[in-house]
Amino acid sequence: MSKSSKYNGDDIWKNNVEKINSELFTLTYGSVVAQLCRDFNNNYHEVNNQLDKMGYNIGLRLIEEFLAKTGVRRCQTFRETSEIISKIGFKIFLNIVPTIENWSSDNKTCSLILPEPNPLTEFVELPITTDSKISKELWYSQILCGVLRGALQMVQLDVDVNFVKDVLRGDDRTEIRLKLNKVLKDEIPAGED
Amino acid sequence: MSNDNDIILSSATSMSTLTINEVSKDGFGYNPSVGPQSNIITPEASTFLLSSKKSIITNNPNSIYDKNIINKKNLEISLSSLAFLFCEMVNWCHSNSKGIQDLETRLNGLGYQVGQRYIELIKLREGFKTNKREVKIVEILQFIHGTFWKAIFGKTANELEKSQDVLNEYMITDNVPLMSKFISIPKEYGELNCSAFMAGIIEGALDSSAFFANVTAHSVPITGYPLRTVFLIKFDDSLSIRESLRS
Repeated sequence: MSKSSKYNGDDIWKNNVEKINSELFTLTYGSVVAQLCRDFNNNYHEVNNQLDKMGYNIGLRLIEEFLAKTGVRRCQTFRETSEIISKIGFKIFLNIVPTIENWSSDNKTCSLILPEPNPLTEFVELPITTDSKISKELWYSQILCGVLRGALQMVQLDVDVNFVKDVLRGDDRTEIRLKLNKVLKDEIPAGED
Repeated sequence: MSNDNDIILSSATSMSTLTINEVSKDGFGYNPSVGPQSNIITPEASTFLLSSKKSIITNNPNSIYDKNIINKKNLEISLSSLAFLFCEMVNWCHSNSKGIQDLETRLNGLGYQVGQRYIELIKLREGFKTNKREVKIVEILQFIHGTFWKAIFGKTANELEKSQDVLNEYMITDNVPLMSKFISIPKEYGELNCSAFMAGIIEGALDSSAFFANVTAHSVPITGYPLRTVFLIKFDDSLSIRESLRS
């Protein structure tokens, strides 16, 4: 029995979250990605990078709201962390619950499978062109990786997050790979010995 | 990456110069002045389509073309997520801009793309209920102020007024603009109003409905509503001629 059952994402979502229409979010995010593609002159590696950076900045601040709303305590294992991310984190911010699978034997790597439709990619299709560069290089939802990386770093977890599959590229599902590098030490405030 | 000598024009500016005759190289792409029809199947395009694994016309029931967008269950997400995203957008526009004016133009451009798409969606959903097309300025403004606003922000806008002094100028007022709810403007940015993004949404929607206009956002706080914003809508002169023909 996992500890995440102590906290109920559904209840928090119902009672403690101000909600808006997801389409505004979808279109706004689409507008951002399209603009970045123009700003970087269709250099999709740069676009991925920038989305990741934006996500990282969001994650650094998002964790605070997350902790305030949920009161989640320190997790004992990375398995527990991943449960909290999917059942509470994704639930209260995006109203979706990704499934977790593909655990590595050392329990340090797992996959988040995003359900469809998800609020980032609804209405979205990568342009069909003779040049297939975009569907090979662009990770449309890369911002999520940044968010996870940023938020987890603030709770002393150094993780690598990246997409391995995306329905938009024609894959069978959308999959984010999470890899725990190490648990950072709690930093001692400066000036104390 | 920002190059100080190189101003990136907002999409609003570049899109208004597109004409109906503009067809992209391989026949695909979205030309806003033509709409979705721009996916013309040229001989070149069809060879490409037939030879590629990916197809526009698909039997996959999950493709975005097969989903019912009229009776779709309305999904909701957290306002915070949008606020976080918007904050990063302002950040990004800010780091690339040369000043307050430029920053607002960029935000407007981002909103413009949202407005173009949103009006299409809302017209599909709501338009068939009223079974008519707005052909007069007042009608389209009422649509934007009422139905459109409600669909996007979950409430109608507060006031809709016509300017006393200037012909072709109208104002829509929102006491608590959703997007700027969590934004406070530092003093040195005096005139900046991040609702320029919302102004862009209105502009995109109006332009797509062939009511060509310029929309700007101005902060006009009153007691109780420090974020109150007036969206000033300036219609193109050509519209007054059209208007007089239709009255």
